[in-house]
Amino acid sequence: MNVDVLVVGAGPAGSIAAMEFARRGYDTLVVEKKQEIGPPKRCAEGVSQNGLDTVGLDVDMDVHHRIEGASLYAPSGKRVDMTGGDMFGYVLERKVFEKQLASQAINAGASCLVDTQALDMHRSNGRWAVRLRGLEGEREVHARLVIGADGVESKVGRWAGFQSVNRLTDYHSGIQYEMANVNVDPGHIHLFFGTRVAPLGYAWIFPKRFSANVGLGVLERNAEMSAHGYLRRFIDSNPDIFAGASPIEINAGGVPVNHFTEMVGDGVMLVGDAAQLVNPIHGGGIIRAMHSSQIAAEIAEPALANDDLSRERLGGYVRRWNELYEEKTAKLLKLRAFLEKLEDKDFELLADILEGEDIFELSQARISFFIKKMLKRPSLLGLAKKYLTD
Amino acid sequence: MIRIDRERCLHCGGCVGLCPVDALTLYGERLEVSEACTECGICVRFCPVEALEVPQ
Repeated sequence: MNVDVLVVGAGPAGSIAAMEFARRGYDTLVVEKKQEIGPPKRCAEGVSQNGLDTVGLDVDMDVHHRIEGASLYAPSGKRVDMTGGDMFGYVLERKVFEKQLASQAINAGASCLVDTQALDMHRSNGRWAVRLRGLEGEREVHARLVIGADGVESKVGRWAGFQSVNRLTDYHSGIQYEMANVNVDPGHIHLFFGTRVAPLGYAWIFPKRFSANVGLGVLERNAEMSAHGYLRRFIDSNPDIFAGASPIEINAGGVPVNHFTEMVGDGVMLVGDAAQLVNPIHGGGIIRAMHSSQIAAEIAEPALANDDLSRERLGGYVRRWNELYEEKTAKLLKLRAFLEKLEDKDFELLADILEGEDIFELSQARISFFIKKMLKRPSLLGLAKKYLTD
Repeated sequence: MIRIDRERCLHCGGCVGLCPVDALTLYGERLEVSEACTECGICVRFCPVEALEVPQ
């Protein structure tokens, strides 16, 4: 079987890629190894309105839950609220969202196989020969272009010879319960910081229509127990929030919080989590995943038309991505290094001095911001040092 | 080879992306480990639910 484009993985990145290639008239096949597109999620399902605008998507407000702000909590419980247009967003129902995206790809002309696993791939006559296994047995598909949308566990990257293996120092161990009857303000997402709460990470409560995603991510380096152990403790130590709550689902996953893998080779491109395209501060990856697929398709279209799918030609994808994200990601990585140095007393101090709008400044990694604050409060000197030195 | 506790594993695949020798694969919703495993323990340190262990 021959196709123009084979997309491995039908998450948000894979379905957007499949739709983009299909609507440009290319013969596109997307394969998903799970028997159902969507569940189980490995994700807290949050997306910002700004992010949705970036990729040009609307979401159905009867299914997905509208958010208007964020509340950040220091270890003592002290709270800083962030509101305003930049905080608007949604907690998605990914079961629905992903099936909608896959259906849009199929409506645009793509074919989709579920319960079908890509087993390996090799170069053959200038194409990739990809071995697939599904209910109808094994078959080989020859593709001019392979899109690796196969998530954190990407095999496509490895088969293409990329150094795509994640590193424990740049990879959060994540665990989440979706729970019913969680007692928080449903219009905000809630983020909890502290070395006992989630070392080098944070805990979150993301309200949904009938439930809430309650989870956390930790970096193994400073963890004394499994992520699940931390989540149990977080729930047990907040009875005012969780007294009447119970789980209706449990999720786990790895979150890459640094980007170092190659993204293109001859006839192959990685998108989304497979390419470690995740915001290194909050670990969100849905918008970047979809955006990377849009850019990959934009760059690959003339390459397919001219039948030049060389690494050099497809490299335009990496250049475009870096134009849009490299500077911002570098700043966020710097901020991540700063946050990883904070002790509980630093979080308390930050909660004391920061107003909601200050956190925007902080998240832009603006040094002038700290210098201004520092002049007013000498006690901030120690904190500023942590911020300024790497 | 590392041992997989199938009662605990949530088949999130997070360990697969960390394996330096590509010994782990998630087939559908079943995690498998191959002979390539060197028992380095990286996956064990990652696992959010303690479903993996290096045999003593």
